[in-house]
Parts: sequence; structure tokens; C-alpha cells
Amino acid sequence: MTWTATDSHIILTGVLCALACALPGCFLLLRRMSMMGDAISHAVLPGLALAFLFSGARTSWPMFVGAALAGLFTALFTQLIARWGKVERGAAMGIVFTTLFALGLILIEHGAGNVDLDARCVLYGALEYVGLETVTLFETFLVPRAALVIGMVLFGNVVLITLFFKEFVLSSFDPALARTQGFRPQLMHYLIMTMVAVTTVATFEAVGSIIVIAMLIVPPATAYLITQKLPAFFFLSLLFAALAAILGHLSAQAMPVFFNLPETSSSGMMATLSGLLFLLIWIPGLIRKKPKMVAAGGFEPPTKGL
Amino acid sequence: MSFDLFLETLLLERYNTRLVVLGTILLGTCSGLIGSFLLLRKQSLLGDALSHATLPGIGLAFAVMSALGISGRSLPGLLLGATTTGLLGVLLVLAIRRTTRLKDDAAMGIVLSVFFGLGVVILRMVQTIPGQSSAGLESFIYGKTASMVWSDFILISSVLTLTVLATLLLLKELTLLCFDEAFARSQGFRTTLLDILLMALVTAVTVTGLQSVGLILIIAFLIIPATAARFWTHDLRQMLLISAFIGGLSGWLGASSSALAPGLPSGAVIVVAAAFIFVISMAFGPARGILPRYRHHRALQRKMGRQHLLRSIFEILENLQQPPLQNIPVPMEALHRHRYWGKGELKRLIRHARHEDHLARRPHGEIRLSESGFGEASRITRNHRLWELYLIRHADIAPSHVDRDADMVEHLLGPEMVLRLEQELNADKHTEAGNLVQSPHAI
Repeated sequence: MTWTATDSHIILTGVLCALACALPGCFLLLRRMSMMGDAISHAVLPGLALAFLFSGARTSWPMFVGAALAGLFTALFTQLIARWGKVERGAAMGIVFTTLFALGLILIEHGAGNVDLDARCVLYGALEYVGLETVTLFETFLVPRAALVIGMVLFGNVVLITLFFKEFVLSSFDPALARTQGFRPQLMHYLIMTMVAVTTVATFEAVGSIIVIAMLIVPPATAYLITQKLPAFFFLSLLFAALAAILGHLSAQAMPVFFNLPETSSSGMMATLSGLLFLLIWIPGLIRKKPKMVAAGGFEPPTKGL
Repeated sequence: MSFDLFLETLLLERYNTRLVVLGTILLGTCSGLIGSFLLLRKQSLLGDALSHATLPGIGLAFAVMSALGISGRSLPGLLLGATTTGLLGVLLVLAIRRTTRLKDDAAMGIVLSVFFGLGVVILRMVQTIPGQSSAGLESFIYGKTASMVWSDFILISSVLTLTVLATLLLLKELTLLCFDEAFARSQGFRTTLLDILLMALVTAVTVTGLQSVGLILIIAFLIIPATAARFWTHDLRQMLLISAFIGGLSGWLGASSSALAPGLPSGAVIVVAAAFIFVISMAFGPARGILPRYRHHRALQRKMGRQHLLRSIFEILENLQQPPLQNIPVPMEALHRHRYWGKGELKRLIRHARHEDHLARRPHGEIRLSESGFGEASRITRNHRLWELYLIRHADIAPSHVDRDADMVEHLLGPEMVLRLEQELNADKHTEAGNLVQSPHAI
């Protein structure tokens, strides 16, 4: 196995993507909305299709805006159905994203019929091909365009979370208290959802949805198993995310050789590796302590959402 | 498209669509049934996790069958593989939920994303196995409703029979599991076993649905009919029936309309049909729908407003004269001052009270109770004071604060409740001037 520039590009993009997703993923976990990433990644389909129908080309910007709007609508509709219809949040989410996905399929089949807008390319993405499209940074570093985009998303997330850390945390743990303190938990909820939608859309446009969904959920969940302190929770999530990305690509290189087959998917392997890390933390903990380590005085998310 | 053609398709008179439409109806029925339990168990998205978790199984089954030298695309083998990893996935969800602090959503999310990633890894590898065509494996993800054949139909029918039988036999146990798991365990029911059984049924339905409506849209079938049914009733049995009916109905509508317009992907049309039914249910469903709830809320508000108006007039009457009370006209001025009502609000209340014949016609500037209104007003005032006395005596609420607290509850006191209050308080002790109770505080 030889190390090429492509490998560095894939790892760079993968790690940036993992970090960018793990950050908002921490808040999703605390708010018990981990499935949001999955929901959004399906629900953006009509946004993509409409953007394509209106702009008439597969250009990046209209598609991005369409997808991000569809993502936001998912969060909005979920909230509305849950609030007005008194439906459980998960069920509301399921209704919204499956319906939007179905509408997207119909739009694509009907409107964009013979054009190469394929539902499959939305779901799989192409981490392997990020190296094909590169830009030169500071006249010396050749980096993939995807890495640049995701890097900007990561930067945006870090800035947003640093600015609103107190507000985000308080409105995730105790919306009622946040309201009495004048923090507007509703607004914070939608701010977080916007962050999730933009992150999800921007990253999976570049690298496919599998890695995005996995990195939103699994690293924060792994960190949640071993720490009860908030800073450590964020730090460990980022650490696990980066580890999963790096090890994922390495094993994606090693695995097929082992089975004597030509290739496999790096982003799929990164998702798998994040799961493996989870197992590595979970199973020993299970054996060391007897089951039921619930309510050990650690931080618990609110029993009721907003 | 002619109307006859439309009718023919809806009534299953066209042979080539009959199988597809019937199959979809059956599938909708059994997923509606099972979905109800998932909804009540607050695990609607489990179908999501499960359907993604079948992907590695499909890939592995393909690889194993290829290695054994049989066709990698034989359906029973693929379904077996899908079932195996699907079950493994839901068991993992259960295990994570029971042994860690992580909640349902995280547990399902982990299984979903990791299994899906693994599935993609495996599929990508097996597609490069030489000498085997793996084309069509991906039709599992999007489904091909229109290509349903007789064997699929048999499969769906047997799964339906299985779910109906299991629901009938285990209705009590499953109900208990959904509503009060801890109580079920304390009564000696084996909740883990029941949970696993329920998951197995969900797996059976999901795997069956994969082939026909696809991995993503079977999720909708498990969630939407049950959630829609919840708006129509508070009774579990009725909910099961309604949910199964809505599932079948959306299957029927969706499959027929996509049979009429062959360009439309049938799985998607089915979901849109179900979503349409959901929206209608959410708006109009009598048990929890938005409009009925709103109407009920408005009616209660009106009743409260009217009762407050009557009681205020009565209290003013008491202030104006010594008992026994006469039903004399009350100046509007006094009413305004009595409760700080806004002008418009008071006008509306008076209109409603007139509508109920509680007020007599009077010249502008004053107001008088009608005969029935006077009786009603004295009854309401009496109830209010009984409740106030009860609160003072048994809930230790200060006489100066009791008025507001009683305001909240008095509208809901039924006759038998009033009777019990009277007995409890020996009401005759407080009675003065006929059957009136004296107010425990200054009005």
C-alpha cells in the first residue's frame, strides 16, 4: 500500500468533516434529537430538486440554498407538528422527513426526469474523489475544494458555539430556566437547527451523507458514555470524531487487500470505525460496572424538550 | 385519463395492477398495526434504524451466496441476511438503551449510521466480486412497487397473518408494555422478551416492505398511519383498527394513482397519500385534532366567562341589598368596576349570556338577570364559595387568596362533587338566607 496525495486529501477532508459534524452533534445529543441529521439528509431532496428546476443547472449555490432551506423546514415542521398536534418528537420527525423525501423523489422523477440528478449521488457522495477538485491556498498548499468548504463550516460552527455557548447549553438543559433568564430558548433552538442544517448540507454535498450522519451522532454518544463534564464531553467528541476519520481511511485501504478485493468506501469505513470506537468504550464499561449506571448524578438532558 | 379508467383501477378491475394494489394495501395494514405499538412506545424511528441496519445483511448474504456458488441475488437469501442484521441492529438499540445513559434517539442513531456505513462498505466490496452481477441490490433501497410478483404477495400475506395473530394473542401484554413498562415488570411479565418479540415483528414488516416500497419509505408506513390514528381516538383497540385502516387506505390510494400515472414512483406516491391523510387527521381528528381541541378550548373559555359574569352580577346584588335577595337591575358601571373587564370583553360576555337566556332585556346602561339566569347565578356563586371553604379548610389557602384559586376549578364541579363538598363542609352551618353560602372573604 502506498501513500499518495489523494490519501492525505481524503484524510484531511474526512477529519475536517468529522470535527464540523461532531460539534453540533453534541447539542443534538443533549437535546435528544440525534436523528435530526438523518432526517435532514433525507429531507433535503425536494430542496435540491426545486433548486435544480429553478436554476436549470447543477450549480453549487442554488442547490446549497435549496437544501439548507429544506433542512430548516424539516426542523420547523417537526417542531410545529410536535407542538400543535402533541405528537412525540421522533414520530413528527419521521413524518416530515419521509414525506419530504417522497416529494423529492416525485419531483425528480417528474420534473428533472432525464437529467443526471440522481437520488443515489445525494446519499453516497464521493469522499474518494475530493482530490479531483483542488484549490491552492496561500500559493503553497494544494487542498481539495471540499476541504476548504468544510473548513469554513467548521470555523463557522466554532465561532457560533463560542459566542453562544452559555445560551446553547442552558437552553439545551433547562429551557424553562433559560426563558426566565431572558435567553430565548426558542430562538436558540432554531439557531442550533440552522447550524445543523447548514453543516449537514454543506458537508454531504462534499463527502456524502453516511459520514455526516454518523459523525453527528456516534462521537458525541461515545464521549457521553465516559464523561459527565461538559468541556470534556465536547473535547472527547472531537477527539473520537477525528480518530474515527483517520482510522477509517486507513482501514478502508487495508480491508479490501485483506479480502483480496480492489476497493471499498472510505466514508462508509469512517462511519464503521466510529461505531467500533463506541463498542470499545461501551463493552468494557459494561463489564467493569454492572449495568444500570443511570442517574449517577451526572448531567441529564431535560425530560421535556422546548 | 378517463374517469372509467380511474374507477377501474381503484376497484381493482385491471388484472395487472390488482396484485400490486392488494399487496400494498396488506403491507400498509400490517405496518399500521405494528406502527401503533412503536408510536406508543415512543420508538417510531426504530423502523428507520432497522431499515438501515438491513443493508449490511443484504451485502453479506450476497457475498456468502456468491462464495457458495449460488446466484447472489436469490431473494430468500437476501431477505434472510436483511432480517439477521436488522434484528441484530434492534437488539443493539435495546442493549444500548438499557445499559447506558444514552436515550432512544442516540441509540437508534448510532445503530442506523454505523450499520448503514458498514452496509455501504460491504456493498462496495461485493460489487467488485468477479463473476457475479450485483445489479439490483440497490433496488432494495428505493423499492420497486410496480414489480411485485406472486411470491412477494404470499410473503406479505403471511407477515400480515403473523402480525394480526400476535397482536390478538398478546394485546394485553403489549398494551401494558406500551403504557407502563415498570408496572408490567412488577407484575411478572417478561418485558425484555416482549420487547424483543415486538422488535421481531417490526423487523418482519420492515424486511417485507423493503422489497416493495423501499428502505426509506417503509419508515413512513410504520410511522404515519399510527400517528394519524392517534388523533381519532383515545382507545387503544380503536387506534389499532384505525391505524391499520389508514395504512391500507394510503396503500390503496397511492398504489392505484401511481398505476394510473406510470411515471410516478409508487413508493413515494404512497407516502404522500399517507401524509395527506395525516394532515387531515391532525386538523380534524375528534380525539386530539387541532380544530376539535381548539373548539373545546373555546367552549370552555366561554363557559368560564359566562359563569364569571353571572357570579359578578350576583355578588353586586348581594352588596346592594340585604337578604333575601331580589333580582333588581344592576348598573353597568358597577359591573365594570367589579372585575376589571375590558369594554369589548364584557360586551362579548354579555352577548353570550344573552344567547343562553340568562339576561333580561334592559335599557342601555344597566343589566338584569333573567329568571333562569338568577337561579344559575346563585348556584354558581354557591359552588364557588363551597370550593373556597374547602380550599381554606383542607388546602390551607389564605382567605384573601382563595378567590383566584377557586376561580380555576369551580367550573368543573359536577353535581355529585358539590354534594360531597356539602357533606364535607356541613354546608348548612354556613348557610344564611335560604340556600346561600356566605363568602369567606370580603367581595
